[in-house]
Amino acid sequence: MIYQGKQKIWSDYQKELPSDGWFYVRSCIRQSFFPGSEKYFLEICRDLLGHDIYESPHHTTCGGIAYHSDTIPQETAMTIVARQFALMTEAGYKNLVTSCITSFGNYTEILETWREYPELEARIRENLWKATRREFEKPEYLAHASDLVHKFRAEIGERAVHRLVDVRTGEPLRIVEHIGCHYSKMFPHKGIGGAEYPCVLSGMVESWGGEVIDYPERRHCCGFGFRQYLVKANRGYSVSNTHKKFESMEPYHPDAIITNCPGCPYFLDRWQYVISEQTGKTYGRGGYGIPVLTYEELAGLVLGYDPWDLGLQLHQVAVEPLLDKMGVDYDPDAKYLGLNKKDILRPGLPTVLKCC
Amino acid sequence: MEGIDFGFGLSKSSSVQLDKVDLTLYRRLEALEPGVRVCMACGSCTSTCTAGPWSGMSVRKVILNLQRGKDVGRMLSCCMLCGKCTMVCPRGINTRHLILSLCRIYEKV
Repeated sequence: MIYQGKQKIWSDYQKELPSDGWFYVRSCIRQSFFPGSEKYFLEICRDLLGHDIYESPHHTTCGGIAYHSDTIPQETAMTIVARQFALMTEAGYKNLVTSCITSFGNYTEILETWREYPELEARIRENLWKATRREFEKPEYLAHASDLVHKFRAEIGERAVHRLVDVRTGEPLRIVEHIGCHYSKMFPHKGIGGAEYPCVLSGMVESWGGEVIDYPERRHCCGFGFRQYLVKANRGYSVSNTHKKFESMEPYHPDAIITNCPGCPYFLDRWQYVISEQTGKTYGRGGYGIPVLTYEELAGLVLGYDPWDLGLQLHQVAVEPLLDKMGVDYDPDAKYLGLNKKDILRPGLPTVLKCC
Repeated sequence: MEGIDFGFGLSKSSSVQLDKVDLTLYRRLEALEPGVRVCMACGSCTSTCTAGPWSGMSVRKVILNLQRGKDVGRMLSCCMLCGKCTMVCPRGINTRHLILSLCRIYEKV
């Protein structure tokens, strides 16, 4: 098909991805922040939908967090990434899918740098060989895990137990989608929809029955910004960024926020507590906050998984108002029962932000 | 509100809510110098300004800030009313009169 005009421009920002043959690499921090997300990505895409996604126990961090925090040079991150590619090659896979947005940005940046400077790639190959006696092929396709969930959104929608609809009114839930900066702001052609109109999350929301909110600060950073948060003296910048976003989305009364980055859900979730303590203000109805979910958690809820199995009890902002709207059954007494029904203890309660 | 001391705090947002800005000053300027409406913010006035490099004076910024409801009093006191900006304006705005009108609004003359 020959595309013309706006259709052609839009086609430049689409991503053709195979359904199978993916080598999966995890994030360093997501398992601490939202421990159910990566487990349920594999559970949904590999075990439920039957796609070929492989994970090696030998893979490590991509080095992106240290690179963006200025603690290692890019050549070190490149050698770490080269090792991941070697593991992929040894496992017989040709496509790489990352759980983390910063990893996705890091892998993309490294592949683009090697394309521009082949001599640097040769040096990194030599470094990897000297250090580990490994060799690698570069991936044919590189994707973020949300790209795959976006690709499988219709399959997930067909199996939906709950839709993103308020069961009491029949109205679509109003969802804020927040895309991690490293997804397509660095290399717009690598993300679905580019940097201006990334539709990787809005596509999921609309497929599952929700309504996406367009608000003024929609493309603003969540506030993580690495050095903004990691240096305590700079954290005022971080929370002020997040505050600006919440002030901007507040008039649209969002029911939930969905994100595709490790840092974004963490900061949009936890900073609601800090803002409430500092200003006395909460952004949800009735003193609650706005629940912030990863796309895997939202897909899990749509597919009818137990919210406590998805790890939603580890969110700062209570998710119960959203569960009630979606009509999800949950046992309040089981909220803080971990694996094997062992009590994982209750957290201290904030003074302002209402939690269930 | 007295809250927990986290060791860091919120900064005032610099975002501009165009639905909420106070345009009183801009409207008064419009009445005195209607030419302000045709400004296209090209910045020719700023690039030719004698006072700009050392004082931060910028006619373009003055107009933009007024359209955003911000105060411009400090910048006005840097203008020497030399009129070079009027000579280069591609829209023919009498920028010298514009500044003078603003000074009258601020009661600086």
